[in-house]
Amino acid sequence: MASLVGSRVERKEDKRFLTGKGRYTSDINIANQTYAIFIRSPHARAKIKKIDTSKALKSSGVVDILTGEHIAQDKIGGLIAGWAIRSEDGSEMKCPANPPLAKDSVNFVGDPVAVVFAETLDEAKAAADLVKVDYKVLKAVSNLGEAMNSEAIHDGIDKNLCYDWLLGDRQKVKEAFEKADKIIKLDINNNRLIPNAMEPRACVIDYNTASEEITCYTTSQNPHLSRLIMSAFGGVAPENKLRVVAPDVGGGFGSKINLYNEEIVCSWASKKIERPIKWVAERTESFLTDTHGRDHITHAELAVTNDGKFLGFKNETIANLGAYARVFGTVTPTYLFGPCATGVYIMPAAYSNVKAVYTNTAPVDAYRGAGRPEATYTIERIVDKAAMELGMDPIEIRMKNFPTEFPFKQTLVHQIDSGDYVAGLNKAKEMADYDGFAARKKESESKGKLRGIGVTSYFEACGIAPSPVVMMLGCGVGLWESAEVRFNPTGQVTVYTGSHSHGQSHQTTFAQIAADELGVPIENIDVVHGDTDKGTFGMGTYGSRSLTVGGIAIVNACKKIVNKGKRIAAKMLEASPDEVDFKNGEFVVAKSNKKKTIGEVAFASYLPGVRDEVKSPLPEGDEPGLIESSFFDPANFSFPAGSHICEVEIDPETGHVKLDKYTAVDDFGTIVNPLIVEGQVHGGLAQGIGQALYENAQYDDSGQLITASYMDYTMPRADDLPDFNLGFTCTKATTNPLGVKGCGEAGTIAATPTVMNAVINALGGKEISLPATAEKVWKACKEMKKSNAKAA
Amino acid sequence: MKTFNYHSAKDVKEASKLASSNSAFLAGGMTTIPSMKLGLASYKDIIDIKRIKKLSGIKISGKTVTIGATTKHSEVASSKDVKKAIPSLAALAEGIGDPQVRNRGTIGGSIANNDPAADYPSACIALNATIHTNNRSIDAEKFFRGMFETCLKSTEVIEAIEFSIPQKSSYQKLPNPASRYAIIGVYVAKHKTGINVGITGAKSCVYNDKDLAGALTKNFSSSAIDSVKISSSGMNSDIHASSDYRANMVKAFAKKAVDAC
Ligand SMILES: Cc1cc2nc3c(=O)[nH]c(=O)nc-3n(C[C@H](O)[C@H](O)[C@H](O)COP(=O)(O)OP(=O)(O)OC[C@H]3O[C@@H](n4cnc5c(N)ncnc54)[C@H](O)[C@@H]3O)c2cc1C
Repeated sequence: MASLVGSRVERKEDKRFLTGKGRYTSDINIANQTYAIFIRSPHARAKIKKIDTSKALKSSGVVDILTGEHIAQDKIGGLIAGWAIRSEDGSEMKCPANPPLAKDSVNFVGDPVAVVFAETLDEAKAAADLVKVDYKVLKAVSNLGEAMNSEAIHDGIDKNLCYDWLLGDRQKVKEAFEKADKIIKLDINNNRLIPNAMEPRACVIDYNTASEEITCYTTSQNPHLSRLIMSAFGGVAPENKLRVVAPDVGGGFGSKINLYNEEIVCSWASKKIERPIKWVAERTESFLTDTHGRDHITHAELAVTNDGKFLGFKNETIANLGAYARVFGTVTPTYLFGPCATGVYIMPAAYSNVKAVYTNTAPVDAYRGAGRPEATYTIERIVDKAAMELGMDPIEIRMKNFPTEFPFKQTLVHQIDSGDYVAGLNKAKEMADYDGFAARKKESESKGKLRGIGVTSYFEACGIAPSPVVMMLGCGVGLWESAEVRFNPTGQVTVYTGSHSHGQSHQTTFAQIAADELGVPIENIDVVHGDTDKGTFGMGTYGSRSLTVGGIAIVNACKKIVNKGKRIAAKMLEASPDEVDFKNGEFVVAKSNKKKTIGEVAFASYLPGVRDEVKSPLPEGDEPGLIESSFFDPANFSFPAGSHICEVEIDPETGHVKLDKYTAVDDFGTIVNPLIVEGQVHGGLAQGIGQALYENAQYDDSGQLITASYMDYTMPRADDLPDFNLGFTCTKATTNPLGVKGCGEAGTIAATPTVMNAVINALGGKEISLPATAEKVWKACKEMKKSNAKAA
Repeated sequence: MKTFNYHSAKDVKEASKLASSNSAFLAGGMTTIPSMKLGLASYKDIIDIKRIKKLSGIKISGKTVTIGATTKHSEVASSKDVKKAIPSLAALAEGIGDPQVRNRGTIGGSIANNDPAADYPSACIALNATIHTNNRSIDAEKFFRGMFETCLKSTEVIEAIEFSIPQKSSYQKLPNPASRYAIIGVYVAKHKTGINVGITGAKSCVYNDKDLAGALTKNFSSSAIDSVKISSSGMNSDIHASSDYRANMVKAFAKKAVDAC
């Protein structure tokens, strides 16, 4: 049987998703369900003086209305930050309470204060209009740059500062800077983004009054974690009385990692009102209350020699947490950001200092790439600036500072097991026809257009897992992953994984690796995920970890199956287990050339009895059945890397940026399914390009989100994007048996700096902030024209 | 969405009779339904006019193109007749919103709504359109009154829009990157009788830019536009474009339009 790992197997998911047969949370309806509508703060910051529900309670169809008072009475816990980060001075981070329904104060527009349950959605909405909330409006803190000098939003959190964190050695950096020929300085923003998963958040809750069990169907990237948090911190029900199911989920991008207010409130309330509950977010609610991403202000400095060697790097960043610290909120701008800020380079000395602050805006948390796009943007922009100031070619300066020996100890944290950055950049250079750029630029100029080229080389630390490491860095749990592989007596296989697919195509990729391990046709392998009642505990999907951690647990469980199969086959074939070889789904004894298929062995494993002439195939000490599980905790993160090059053409009359060519060369180690990986890269690139040119979540001074709909929040569209030119290099990861590295976030990480470097290159080095909208670019073109005229 | 009465009118007379100051006609629903869902508008009666056959269709005469009020944007965009008679008008329709919007939205709905950023109003101005309703015919210059305001009475139904076929014309639009409505759109049309420059998106209501038209009357070339001063005062300003940028873009897109004529 040919190996499936490496082949473009069409997605098992396609039929379901492309024919509208997916089953999403809002497709689920429970008999007798009520409909929930949340009443949300219209103010960014206010004290709640009084909530009057008396009129609303009498409105037609209303079942109940609950507020923060009820939550407090029932002692239901709030939302939590999953990582404890310490400040440079050793003090602990400061996190405000975040009750599922606000009782005393609201801290962002959309913060829920009450919930109405009614027989129909229309009745719930009508009643919600009748709930009177009396607010004392306070001055909102909505500007990130001013947050530390503004009034404290939360009691006891001085300067709105959660922590002031340092990674690296200030003294060493100081010494390095003293030796520099030149110091390159850069002030940049990293624009705030709204994840915009295609499927809005939703939950359907079914409380069984007899078994006292709550089933929560929800849009989650990690149902097991949601159950744990809802039980251990929310106190909604013990874990064994709580089942969390995340069925088909239409995209997450990090925004569905968190357990949200609505899931806690509806799960708790379903028990209270003894009725099933359905809640589906409207798009405006998604804009307002899904966790947002990015939102940094950074000052960076790079110390260089005249011939372009890097000596040291400083990264001073202010990161926006929004109103509350959520699950990955505190780690995203620290350990997921700081270490990667020195990029793919040998950097003798460096530090990252991050001040994370609270503002009256939606909570900010992990968003595709989480910290690493911000880091890569910082280093790749300053490296380009250095090249420009030193009069060097952007490729040359990068090559000059690449490590060439692996494992490579990166300056701040990571020990990178494998890579070949030179090969990646060379390949990108060739595929992008870098040398032909000058001619294309001339041609653009002859049409009155400006052309720019941008280069980015990145690495990232993903496959977020190694429990000893992440727990040392402050994570509240270990981030291993689990798998269970079950043979039915008749030979089909069910693979249970603790990771979750919401666009990643696990049903196909995981079936491919199990098919190779077990020699079973892929059609006979089903992958099950997303239900805490099915399979073992799992940590879920984010940080490009599903294959590198969850996939390896599957490989290991399959290996256990094969080992047990060998013992059984040995007995059936009258040989000793070490005489049995397993290949292509068959157990073979070489000396007698006798064999049994794995299907026959599976069947036998379920028939341990002795009858007439038939002897039990089970060796002594082995239990019946062919089911094995495994927990995989890798030795390290995985470190994909690559180089991207793009070209833009700018119309100086209008400022319109046309993305003309985009080449991405990535090293993801072993590629299990190129078709799926290319899809992941395409989607990632679109999001990274979206950040560079279009997307920008904006709050006004009073804390109103002014980009709360698609009329104002610009998503990238297919016709904004060129055909992507993808290439791959391969250095296998040494920390897992497949040699795989994460691929889900790479496109997002590399694309933003690549595009901005190209835009700024076209503008002759003139800095502009993210995103490069037409008006900003037009202004820059005008200034460029002026200064060119002056020079001439 | 608040509850309302739904009627499907069999003819224009019935539609008009059902209408009141608390009703809306339902053509494509691309404006009415989102505004109702967002709670920005509510009506007692919704009067569906899509089943009225006579309101839909495209007719070409020697001098004019007449488009029925409920003709969809996609129908105008793909009409061979329109493409031949006034290619810029078909191109305008092709550039409205996205395929979903074009497959439902109608020309009558678009001009009745008179969104300051809508495309069709500029065509009406540039192409000397006459708006035919169930009780009168109105010149485009008089039809558009202000932001989301026309001279239509609440019981009045637009039946068709009649455009003069110009000698040359072009519509050039700077789309809002998010919604694809016009940040600004400039429709230049040269008729035997004179030149019009219909501008949308720039101000609270579409207008005919007499300065640009005057300059082009003297010299129909993009260089003639260079000397025209476009003031930013009175121009819209929002997160996508400041008034200064809009003023400059009116000029830049007017030049593009002339070059494309
Ligand atoms: C996402 C999106 C993007 C869009 N982008 C653009 C764009 O780029 N450019 C652009 O120009 N437009 C755009 N639109 C608007 C679109 O063109 C709509 O077609 C238009 O606004 C309304 O047309 P409708 O047929 O849908 O009208 P409806 O929504 O059905 O009605 C709108 C109003 O017009 C009145 N009305 C409708 N028909 C008549 C009639 N025959 N007589 C009298 N009154 C009538 C109704 O009473 C109602 O008040 C966009 C819309 C959406 C949702």
